[in-house]
Amino acid sequence: MTARLAARHSVFSSIPGGLIAESESGPTARSVEPGSAVEAVGEAAAQEASLRPVKIRARNIRKAFEVGSAGGAVPALEGVDLDIRSGEFLALVGPSGCGKSTFLDIVAGLSRADSGSLDIEGRPVQGPGLDRGVVFQGYALFPWRTVLENVEFGLEAQGLPKGRRREIAREHIRLVGLEAFEERHPHQLSGGMRQRVAIARALAHDPEILLMDEPFGALDAQTRERLQLEMLKIKQKTAKTVLFVTHSIEEAVLLSDRVAVMTSRPGTIKTIVDISLGGDRGSDPEFRTQAAFVALRHRVWEALHDEVDKALSKEYSR
Amino acid sequence: MSLIREVQAVLVKTAAVALFLAVWEALPRLGWVDRSFVPPFSEVAAYLWRSLIGGDLSRHLAVSLGRSGLGFGLALLVALPLGFVLGWFPAFERFVDPLLQVFRQTSAFALFPLFILFLGIGEKSKVAIIFYGAQWPLLLNTISGVKNVDPLLVKSARSMGLGRFALFRKVILPAALPQVFTGLRLAATLAILIIVAAESLGASSGLGYVLTNAQYNFDLPRMYAAIVLLALVGLATNFILVTLENRLTGWKPQAVRF
Repeated sequence: MTARLAARHSVFSSIPGGLIAESESGPTARSVEPGSAVEAVGEAAAQEASLRPVKIRARNIRKAFEVGSAGGAVPALEGVDLDIRSGEFLALVGPSGCGKSTFLDIVAGLSRADSGSLDIEGRPVQGPGLDRGVVFQGYALFPWRTVLENVEFGLEAQGLPKGRRREIAREHIRLVGLEAFEERHPHQLSGGMRQRVAIARALAHDPEILLMDEPFGALDAQTRERLQLEMLKIKQKTAKTVLFVTHSIEEAVLLSDRVAVMTSRPGTIKTIVDISLGGDRGSDPEFRTQAAFVALRHRVWEALHDEVDKALSKEYSR
Repeated sequence: MSLIREVQAVLVKTAAVALFLAVWEALPRLGWVDRSFVPPFSEVAAYLWRSLIGGDLSRHLAVSLGRSGLGFGLALLVALPLGFVLGWFPAFERFVDPLLQVFRQTSAFALFPLFILFLGIGEKSKVAIIFYGAQWPLLLNTISGVKNVDPLLVKSARSMGLGRFALFRKVILPAALPQVFTGLRLAATLAILIIVAAESLGASSGLGYVLTNAQYNFDLPRMYAAIVLLALVGLATNFILVTLENRLTGWKPQAVRF
């Protein structure tokens, strides 16, 4: 099993077996000093990253959906194997309908895999929890709550006293630059602002894992670019483990440490591309045009576009 | 500037009603319609004022409001909790829905003889028919309010580890509130509509009784006064409910009071 995995994802072959065992031994192995992601650039950083303990481990995840009353089940995920390391930013790309969001839901504990195992720090996921923060494409803000109250939502679930909640929520609203809009309601905000609130809300209860399901998919190009840059800053400041589902190859390469490419439905992990890019991704406007960036983007594109073709031909042949 | 705007807004809002009242006043005075069938509005208003201050209309008003209020209150007590339960347990809702549809399509007035048969001609049957009529919009709107809560909001709340009870209190309840209020306003309107009919079928007090009684006695100012009073009761009820709604659901674009 391990051998098959290693063969399929060359990146795993470089992981010393001992480390995996260590990470399975329990929560003590997970600590990564905050800020370490800031320095994590270039080849050295990639090596350092591969030394970190595994945070999320998915093995042979399968999931099918019942379709209508005919009783047919359409397989969505078929044997997904994936390790996400502590403090790592992993982007998941794949053709539409390949099950990326389904996989994210399973990691979030919002739906259950039919078979296979999903462990966080060596413990099987039993359901949703505050150790994970989720950001959805549709923002999912509570319309009857103000920005401040929305960001406080997870903190209420944690049972923090009101004063402390306010304080933490304000801090995170500042982080996404919305301090002037604390008392507004979601319908008074633009799409980009709403998504910032959703990000602040997901970060406020300080989860170790951030799960983002096409968070910028509904935004216009300019807003999307702005938020990508802000995401880079947030990544540096918070050093969370991030699973980031996206349609955009460029976004995936720009933001992440590794990009996992999924096959068309039923989805499995086709390949994983290491994004060892030096330089400051956030502040350099020319970054996206650099040769290394373009080359990586092309690599991911190559892996993906076969699958997109397959997904499309399946659709037309129906 | 803003004062002028406000005055303007009030003028726009009241213009049509004022025009209607002016026509009502003018037509009988000009002799274009028979005064004995349609007395001018000012006479009706004067009669209404006199009989509210010194006469018996205030007593009849209180009786009608008491019956409507009681029926409406009972409808609230029963239909709200039931609606939330049925919306929350879709399997149960699917089971009882056909029965609900059958009852809902049965006119409250068709059942009135039955109410009288079992509860007598007195207060009970009147309160019962109001309760019966008013609880439907309340029940059905509450059910659909709960059922139609944006699943993404539920998903989002669940992702933050909320249990069933907290989910209900913090997401389902506030999300369903606007539609519950739609039900409340429909129910209040119905409670007033039904009381008129119920009181004209067998009563010795209440505005519905005044209305039919005045018609039999050809006491037209009194009949019109009762009609105007019922219209005012309807407006006032709606005003109160919308004010309450805007206070409780202030996060969404406001409902219009009149």
